[in-house]
This record gives sequence, structure tokens and C-alpha cells, in this order.
Amino acid sequence: MSSSPAVRPDDVRPDGAVRSGRWAVTGYALLQVLLFVPIVVTFVLVAVSSVLVVVWVGILLLAGLLPAMRGLAGLHRSMAGRILGTSLPAPYLPLTGGPLADLRTRASDPMTWRDLLWMLWAMTFGFVVSLLAVVLFLGVVTLPIWWYGVIPLLRGRAAVDRAILTTGRTERLEQRVEALTASRAVVVDHSAAELRRIERDLHDGPQARLAAVSLSLGLADDLFESDPEAARRLINEARGTSSTALGELRDVVRGIHPPVLADRGLAGAVSALALDMAVPVELALDVPGRLPAPVESAVYFAVAECLANTAKHSGAANSWVSLQHDGSVLRGRIGDDGRGGADLRKGTGLPGIAARLAAFDGTLSVSSPPGGPTVVTWEVPCSPSASSSPRTMRS
Amino acid sequence: MQPLRVVLAEDHALLRAGLTQLLEAKDFTVVAAVDNLAELERALDDPSAEAAVVDVRMPPTFTDEGLRAAISVRARRPGFPVLVLSQYVEQLYARELLASGEGAVGYLLKDRVSDVAEFVDALRRVADGGTVLDPSVVAAVLDRRRDTPVDRLTEREREVLALMAEGRANAGIAQALVVTEKAVAKHINSIFAKLDLPTDTDDHRRVRAVLEWLRI
Repeated sequence: MSSSPAVRPDDVRPDGAVRSGRWAVTGYALLQVLLFVPIVVTFVLVAVSSVLVVVWVGILLLAGLLPAMRGLAGLHRSMAGRILGTSLPAPYLPLTGGPLADLRTRASDPMTWRDLLWMLWAMTFGFVVSLLAVVLFLGVVTLPIWWYGVIPLLRGRAAVDRAILTTGRTERLEQRVEALTASRAVVVDHSAAELRRIERDLHDGPQARLAAVSLSLGLADDLFESDPEAARRLINEARGTSSTALGELRDVVRGIHPPVLADRGLAGAVSALALDMAVPVELALDVPGRLPAPVESAVYFAVAECLANTAKHSGAANSWVSLQHDGSVLRGRIGDDGRGGADLRKGTGLPGIAARLAAFDGTLSVSSPPGGPTVVTWEVPCSPSASSSPRTMRS
Repeated sequence: MQPLRVVLAEDHALLRAGLTQLLEAKDFTVVAAVDNLAELERALDDPSAEAAVVDVRMPPTFTDEGLRAAISVRARRPGFPVLVLSQYVEQLYARELLASGEGAVGYLLKDRVSDVAEFVDALRRVADGGTVLDPSVVAAVLDRRRDTPVDRLTEREREVLALMAEGRANAGIAQALVVTEKAVAKHINSIFAKLDLPTDTDDHRRVRAVLEWLRI
């Protein structure tokens, strides 16, 4: 008897994964049969511990059992994936902190309830299906039935496993829409606040000063004949005021889009930032070409904010910035040897950066134990900018 | 004395006209007033041009082609005096300019032209081989404290060095600090000694001291 025949076109899925042949499938069935006992034991223990939660012991038990349950479910998820020839995502909520927080996250995760439901299936009909596949193989006389039947049989089981163990397409889309709605709301708020700030800065600064310049020049014009000395003084004053207005306009523009970022892109602009720092900054920048302008801007302000924090709060003697782009994801790390204690949940700086990066599906994490060191890491998926020519912007 | 023959590159028509008027009024000859990179490069290849005043941003891409043109002309014509004007002053650009050769270079904010005497003085100093940096660059470097040979300097010597970086001569420094020129010369000698600058012509040592201070 030959092993599984050569891969037929039908067996190659669009995502490139290959479905397992009948030998492998039978192996999975055997493994599923063997895992029957652990599944039953885990299920019973989880049920008992849930009751014991009222006397606290249950919490301790669940802390060990829930990860074990996830392990079992995960194993079956990957087997089902191989049988079906597609990778199945494990849509658990992300774990964030200490053991107790993790336990709470696990207990409240809807996926945990689906895992329990799946165990019921795996202990009953699912078990019967896998057992049947093994028996057909071992029964020698039934080998022909095994030859033709084992793959449809196990695919059937895998399909049910998949239905219970992963969220459906609709559910995933719903989650995605929820995440996008939340990040869009943050971005809209952020840009509205930015526009208000810019409007206020222009109104209080350069606008008022240019009005004063105009006034001084008008007065000077009036005084030219009668009091040239006073006219000269007014013109001098107007010159000073216009210089200040220009300085304020420069600051406003830098706050919107720093000229060096427009000129040189992310790597150049970060080098320029490093030059202005009082703390020495070691740079490792590997960002070929230009990235989409909004990403460049968000990452630039992220680096600027982190470096400003380092200068203001860390008391560090050294810091370093690394940026790497591998063609599809931009990864950044900023660290210092300061006193640590930076917290993503405190203040407005770091949460602001996280929200801005989230708009591009970026993620940010902060490691900053008391006593340091502080390391801020982020990842933003993005491809290099299609047009390599810089934007036109008047000086 | 023959008026200095200057190439002017500025893409804003109003500013270009204003600068041309200003330079002509102050006894310079504007041999070419251009508004884009291609024409600037052509004008700079003219051997009769003696100095250039260049805006950082220009067509076609409106990024930093003026700066790049300035650096490249100094590669072709070493020591060619260039005064770069910009709406923004960026330390990174100041370093790149200074690294393009010793002296005969200046980097100023555009608003500085409003003080005509100062601006003309700056252009003359650049044409004479001096280094002129915008006070805002100098101030930014002063804010930075790093472990460098410059740390060996006293507070007063650092002040003198900062004024040197702005391109002032001994007389100008003495005036700014309200001390005698002799005292300034003494400070400068002590700066050269502390920065381990070899005995050379005085001008080169001044430029090198400024470069050391900017840590290029």
C-alpha cells in the first residue's frame, strides 16, 4: 500500500497549505483517541473547580487548569488546521499582566466558553468519529472502507472542531470593525484637538503680531514728515515684531510637519532629533527610501515624544533609537539607562503615541521597571511609499 | 575694490527681487538671480562667480536641493564661499555645510536679512573665508552638554567660542562681551590650547575650534 499519493491540485489550498494525506489523518485520529482521557479529566476538573471558586481553592485550580485546557484545544486546532489544509487562528483575548489579571481575562474570554463546549463535543461524537477511523484501519477487513472513508470522516470532525474553536469570518469582521471604529474615533479626536491648537497658536501669535506690524508701519507712514526720528523707531519696532511672528510661525509649522522630515524622511529627521538631545543618542536606522507620509509623521512624533521623556524624566546618561523596516513592517525601539517608571497608563504622552500608531494598526509596548532601564517598542505595518518623489511644499 | 560677484538663488520672486536690490545697494554685483536648481548649477559653474547666496528649498522638489547644491559646488570648487539662507535652521544641515570644507560658509535664518548691516557683514565674512552660523544654531548647541574637549573650557571661554561660531572677529567679540580685544585674544589662545589645535594660520584654527565645538 503506498503512502498518500502525490499532491493533487485539489489538495493545494489558496493559502498554499497542503492537506494531510490518509496516513497522517489516521495518525491524528489515533492521537485524538489517546487524548480522550486528558480531555475528560480536564473537563471534570474545570467543572469542579468552577464550583469550588466560592471557597477560593477553585481559583488556584483554575489558574492551572485553564492554560491546560487551552493547550488541549490548541493541539486540536492545529490538527484540524492540518487536516483541512488551512491555518486556524486562535482568537483569545491578549493576556496583559500578573497571574490574577490573566486568570480574570481567561475566565471572561468568550473563547473559554467555546473551548468548554468543544470539550463536550470532543468527548462524545468527536471521539466516536476518531475512534471509528482508527478501528477501520486496525480492522484489516475494513481497510477498503478506511482507504476511501478516513479522509471525509476526519474532515467532517475537523470542520466541526474548526466551527467551535475559531471565530467565524463574520465574527472576525465584526471585531475588526469594532477595532477600526475605536481607532478612528481616537484619530478624529486627535486631529480636531490638533486643529484647535494650531488655530489658537496662529491667532494668539503671528496674527496679532502682523496686525501690530501693520499698525506700526501705518503710524510711521503718518509721522514721516513731521517726526522722522519717531517714524524710524516705529519701523525698527515693526521689524522686531515681524521677526518674532516669523519665529512663531516656524514653531507652528514644526508642530504640524517638521521641514527636515519633509526633506529627508524618517531616518534623516530622527538623526536631526538626536543631534538636539542633551543625552547622547546611539542610532541604528535601517529605513530604506520613504514611507507613507502619515506613518513617517506618526513615528517621528513618537520618537520625539519618547526622547523628550528621556530628557525630562529619566535622568539617563545614554539612550538609543533603532528603526528597522523589513519591507512590510516598521519596527522601532527606544531605550535609555535612566531610572525607569514610565507607564503607558499615566500621562498623555505615551497613550497619545499608542493611539496615533493604532490608527495604522500599529502596536506599542513599554517596559520600564522602577530603577530602569526603559524600553519602548512599536511595530507599524506599512510598505514603502509608492511615489519616491518628495511632496511639494513651499519654503 | 571690485564689487563681489554673487550668485543668488531664491524661488520666491518677491524675496529674490528684494535681496537683489539689497545686495546691489550694498556694492555687490548679482551675476545671476535664479529660482531653480538647474539654473543655479549652471550659474555656479560660471568661473566669474565669487560667492553664492542660496535658499535651502527650491524647485523642482522643494526639499533641500539648495543645500545639496551648495555642498556639491564646494566639492567642485573647494573653498567657494556659500551663504545658505533658510526659513528653518537645522543643526543637521549646519553640520553638513561645515563638513563640506573649512570655512567660507554661512548658514542663516532668512529673517536675519532684515538687519541689513548684519547680513551684509555676514556675507563679507563668508566671502573672506570665515564661518557664520545663525545664533539659533549656536544657542541649540549651547543647550547641549556632552562629554567633549569643549567641557574643559571655562564659562567665559565658551561664550567666546559661541561668538566665534557666529562668525565674529575679535573686535566684535570684545564689543559683545564688553571686554578689551586683548582679553579676547587671550581667551582664544587658551581655547586653542585646550582643544589641542595645532599652530596654523589663525583663521583655520578658528574654524577648527568651531567644528570641534559642533563635534563634526
